[in-house]
Amino acid sequence: MARETEPEEHESPKPFWSGVVTFGLVSLPVSLFPATRGSTLRLRMVDADGTFLERRFFSGDELEPLESADIARGYEVEAGRFVVIEDDELESLEPEKSREIDLGEFVALPDLDPVHFERAYVLVPDGGATKAYRLLAKTMEAQERAGIATFVMRGKEYLCAILSERGILRVETLRFRDEVRTPDAIGLPRKQDADAGDVAELAKAIRSLQAKKLDRAHLEDRRTRRIVGYAEKKRKAGTDVVEGGDDEEEAKESTTDVIDLMQVLRERLEGKVRARRATADGGGTSAPKGKAADRLDDKSKSQLYATAQKMEIPGRSAMTKPQLIRAIRRHAH
Amino acid sequence: MAARAIWKAVLHCGPVRVPVKLFSAIEDQSVRFRVLSRKNQQPVRQALVNPETDEIVPHEKTRRAYVADNGDRVILESPELAALEPEASRDIELLAFLPPEEIDHRWYERPYYLGPDGDSSAYFALADAVEASGLEGLARWVMRGREYLGALRLHRGYPILLSLRFAGEVVAAEELKAPSGPALNQKELEMARQLIGMLDAEFDLASYRDEYRSRVLDLVDSKAKGRRLRLVKPRRKVPSDDLGGALRASLKAVRKTA
Repeated sequence: MARETEPEEHESPKPFWSGVVTFGLVSLPVSLFPATRGSTLRLRMVDADGTFLERRFFSGDELEPLESADIARGYEVEAGRFVVIEDDELESLEPEKSREIDLGEFVALPDLDPVHFERAYVLVPDGGATKAYRLLAKTMEAQERAGIATFVMRGKEYLCAILSERGILRVETLRFRDEVRTPDAIGLPRKQDADAGDVAELAKAIRSLQAKKLDRAHLEDRRTRRIVGYAEKKRKAGTDVVEGGDDEEEAKESTTDVIDLMQVLRERLEGKVRARRATADGGGTSAPKGKAADRLDDKSKSQLYATAQKMEIPGRSAMTKPQLIRAIRRHAH
Repeated sequence: MAARAIWKAVLHCGPVRVPVKLFSAIEDQSVRFRVLSRKNQQPVRQALVNPETDEIVPHEKTRRAYVADNGDRVILESPELAALEPEASRDIELLAFLPPEEIDHRWYERPYYLGPDGDSSAYFALADAVEASGLEGLARWVMRGREYLGALRLHRGYPILLSLRFAGEVVAAEELKAPSGPALNQKELEMARQLIGMLDAEFDLASYRDEYRSRVLDLVDSKAKGRRLRLVKPRRKVPSDDLGGALRASLKAVRKTA
């Protein structure tokens, strides 16, 4: 199955989607990794003692947290009445598009309006073979063309453009036409002739602000700087500080995930991927599955717990080793 | 039907003031799913739990913590965080006007239309002046307690602000190396060039309609009526080992349909 993670997920460098890119009869197994992330500042939820808290799901008034197998995707058909929709049902609606990005058209780059760009992903080759990837990237770049395709994931169809820059392929998901409002739909007034004097005054103001280069200092996230500065001051003064305990590893996670993503991207672009059973049967699409299911029995309980944590498996802290293995397997499939 | 403005502001371009309203340019059409419990087919309840005791911590007892590099946690109370938030303001300040593409589109996050607030003369003068300059503005503002950075440009002749991502939120693609390997075969490159040429098209956004959306809603509808869907397993696609052969076959196939 084409696998995916939540687009908002920044916990660990997992692919957003794995599948096959095709153009003509050429197909190349790929993974998509997000090229953007949320704020670099991540504050953790804690209790008054500084213990990290975890978000868990509960059913009704029950006190037992739900496991991932107890959770489903649902749609409200009328007030208070829900229908459960399963992954394989969503996939059955569009089996081809669920695992394939088929580049049916190649268009000139200036045809793409960035207003329609939604999110960017780095496209990396799966399964170690880079030849088809390099061929596509090189040709698209030389021809100054972007490939257009649609694909389906988790109940949503995505329109995307694949762009090639310096030998690296990037996917930009695009908003469909009915997802960007027109000035008419907003109710903006019809264009009027502006007063020449007003225009001249604004033109002068624009000239006075004109610069050749973007000053990167403008892109700084000032809120993050303020909060980090304030928190570091408190830390040095020893106010409200809880020393990192056994879960120091976990605490560090928040600062290392960017580095991890770059590392994963570098390795994948070099075609350095551990040989997996998945590549033997030709399905790049099933590749990520192998990783999670890989020799779980050989791992220690704390390693399994860390994996469960990354997968956000509810109820993990109460699980025995065999339960953790089962939950991870279930979650990975 | 006219859209509701989400915010009113004054755009400051040097000494010139332009009163504007902001409108979201986006209308998300995705089918909205909820997280359900299988037990009762009702939305789940979420709670924060202390994993050591498995006890639920009520919202008013939770705090936020900043985690330092050495693992130390600094607890931050809500009033402390609130004091660090930017002051509310109605100003959109233009910082600079730059050549187009100087603000890489990878920084763009979300588009907002600007509309006139009251008298529209300054508003239309702004649209004309931006168009004549051929430049893109860089603006900063605080909206609903959050700081924004945005690009000011025209869309269909109307001024828009495209909010920007901050430094560190975009993967530094320039630090990545492209895959390398033995030199590509000239014949294969030529065939790939031909194939891309044959699939060349003028981009027409209107020709792409999200038909999947309505199919998902049909599925929901038929399941609500107790019907079951016949499941279809996707076929496995075999990656092309013989790249040259696949390219040749593709060219043949495209020529046939052309």
